[in-house]
Amino acid sequence: MIIVRLIMQTVVLALGQILANKVRSMLTTLGIVIGVAAVVATVAAIDGLRGFVLDEFETFGTNKVFIDGSLPQSWRGRISWREVQLQPEEVDAIIEHAPSVTAISPQWRASARVDFENIVLDSAPIVGIRPQWHEVENRQVTLGRPFNMVDEEQRRYVILVNEQAIEELNLPTSPLGEFLLVGGRRFLIVGVVETLDLSGMFGGGDSRAEFFVPFSTAVILNPNGWINYATATMESPEAAEETRAEIDFVLRTVRKLDPDEDATFDVEIPQEYVEQFESLSAGLVAGATGIVGISLLVGGIGIMNIMLVSVSERTREIGLRKAVGARPLVILIQFLTEAVVLCLLGGAVGIAIGQGIIFGLQQIPNAPLENASMPIWAVGLAVGFCAMTGVVFGVFPAIKAARLDPIVALRHD
Amino acid sequence: MLGLRRTKDQPDAPAIRVQGLEKVYKMGVEKVRALDGVDLEIAAGEFVAIMGASGSGKSTLMNVLGCLDRPTAGEYELAGIPTRKMSATRLAKVRNERIGFIFQTFELLPRSSAIQNVMLPMIYSKKHTFGARGRAKSALRRVGLGDRMRHRPNQLSGGQRQRVAVARSMVNDPAILLADEPTGNLDSNTTTEIIRLFTELHNEGQTIVIVTHEEEVAGYADRIVRLRDGRVFSDMPTGEDPLHLAFLQTIASTAARRAQNKDVAKTENEPESKAQTEGMPA
Repeated sequence: MIIVRLIMQTVVLALGQILANKVRSMLTTLGIVIGVAAVVATVAAIDGLRGFVLDEFETFGTNKVFIDGSLPQSWRGRISWREVQLQPEEVDAIIEHAPSVTAISPQWRASARVDFENIVLDSAPIVGIRPQWHEVENRQVTLGRPFNMVDEEQRRYVILVNEQAIEELNLPTSPLGEFLLVGGRRFLIVGVVETLDLSGMFGGGDSRAEFFVPFSTAVILNPNGWINYATATMESPEAAEETRAEIDFVLRTVRKLDPDEDATFDVEIPQEYVEQFESLSAGLVAGATGIVGISLLVGGIGIMNIMLVSVSERTREIGLRKAVGARPLVILIQFLTEAVVLCLLGGAVGIAIGQGIIFGLQQIPNAPLENASMPIWAVGLAVGFCAMTGVVFGVFPAIKAARLDPIVALRHD
Repeated sequence: MLGLRRTKDQPDAPAIRVQGLEKVYKMGVEKVRALDGVDLEIAAGEFVAIMGASGSGKSTLMNVLGCLDRPTAGEYELAGIPTRKMSATRLAKVRNERIGFIFQTFELLPRSSAIQNVMLPMIYSKKHTFGARGRAKSALRRVGLGDRMRHRPNQLSGGQRQRVAVARSMVNDPAILLADEPTGNLDSNTTTEIIRLFTELHNEGQTIVIVTHEEEVAGYADRIVRLRDGRVFSDMPTGEDPLHLAFLQTIASTAARRAQNKDVAKTENEPESKAQTEGMPA
């Protein structure tokens, strides 16, 4: 009770003291203000950027895997580009022997002339896909039906189009049952596939006309083509590492690669980038926190200096307080509270300025920082750090005040 | 014996009992005996003046009596409670609850109002957590400053400042009031004003000890203790103290001479003012 009242009184006293020496208090806390403002703004910016990137990955799919052939330096001249491309049998081997892969679809790319009535698209992109593609890419049909195993096995001349293709070819809004001429062959439109709203970061943004045919049919259309890449899904975002290991094992076994030879294929898992990005942003936050630590150290020394000045300026006051019965501990608490109040004020101003900087960042056009905001934990951390600085650097002057001899203090001038 | 009365007040015990008090300061290699065996007993309700030339040890004695300083040797019992073995914290508590201080230089907090200054001792007291403001108000009214409560020290005259200090010293109901040269910074009118306030408090039963070098001020006390070279040199009721009686005689004869001068001046038709200046006692 008495201690609460005392601290409240001390806070009022400390505020009075700070107001009485406005310029001095301002200069003293400047280090803390700048440090806190800088870290608050940095953390918020990193957090905003992180949120933006993670959102992008989210729309893209957090459990996607890309597999394609590659020709590392050590294999150049020994084998050709064509030889390292994925084979349909390899794709089958992966789905069969890699348990954490839930679905896979190779993509056979061709380009061909597409005719509908009197509209012609020269070299339109035609992609051969397996029925699992819908699951892997998370693109369902909005109209008609998706591909099935019969289409694939019988190499049927069926085709899926997207909205953009309907528009460009001036197809009826419901184009099911219409025939397109692709590379001179008649294809039946069986469905309309949805277009995902991907950001520019992942090749989205501008939607183009797309045509999908069964994989086996695409091979007939363009026998000299190859599998550009295969997309697969893994059972969960956490399975990235084991998925990579399993695919690596399967393909190395099929391709008879020695363990010390470079792989002639690439496995890319975006989720791994997310993890890398997460650890990068955590590192940046830690770095920013380290910087605020340094600036609080510098600021704290300023606080200690001013508190020492304050103690010697107010020696007589301390003497009087002791004479009327202030215990040493009470004097200690008084000066400690003053230092902490000074630091917290600096911290509060710093947070306010940081908030202003964040507001400024949000206004930058085209920068992915609209969502930049200060996480609550950062505010808590800043306040905690400031209070700690006050205690650590205030304790020495406070002890000095508490240990003053009352008579010596009263005679001081 | 001492152990038994360590904590409890002894109603019959003297307010102050000092035995064989010594205080030795080390100044480099030299030792200065500021107090050299002081024995003193002050009963509750007494009004005592401590006098002595500078260096006689009267301030040191005051500091020890006020529990601001510890003696090198000897016993000091405040209302029967020995203080020798008390910790700094215990001494602070004793100062807070049992002793009221009045300083020559008032020692008011410059940025605080009169009432805030008076409330200061109660901030540090458990006893008066509640009703502190009311107590401070009545103390200020008691010293005649009921209409100056919100004034700051720099808005008050010297006498008013010392009244605030007196109010502050009384607010925790101390067993003794210790005043160290309370009128040293005041003019003679204000001195009379403050010393009358002391007399009134004394008449209400307050134990008061003042240190002064003014015989006139000491004259209001019941008893004068004179120190010389750290020892009690004389200790007797004011009416019997030969030095004080001599002082009164000097005053009386000066007044008589002044009256005489006035008569002479009148007969010689000289300006009255000049005679008055010459006749004034230094």
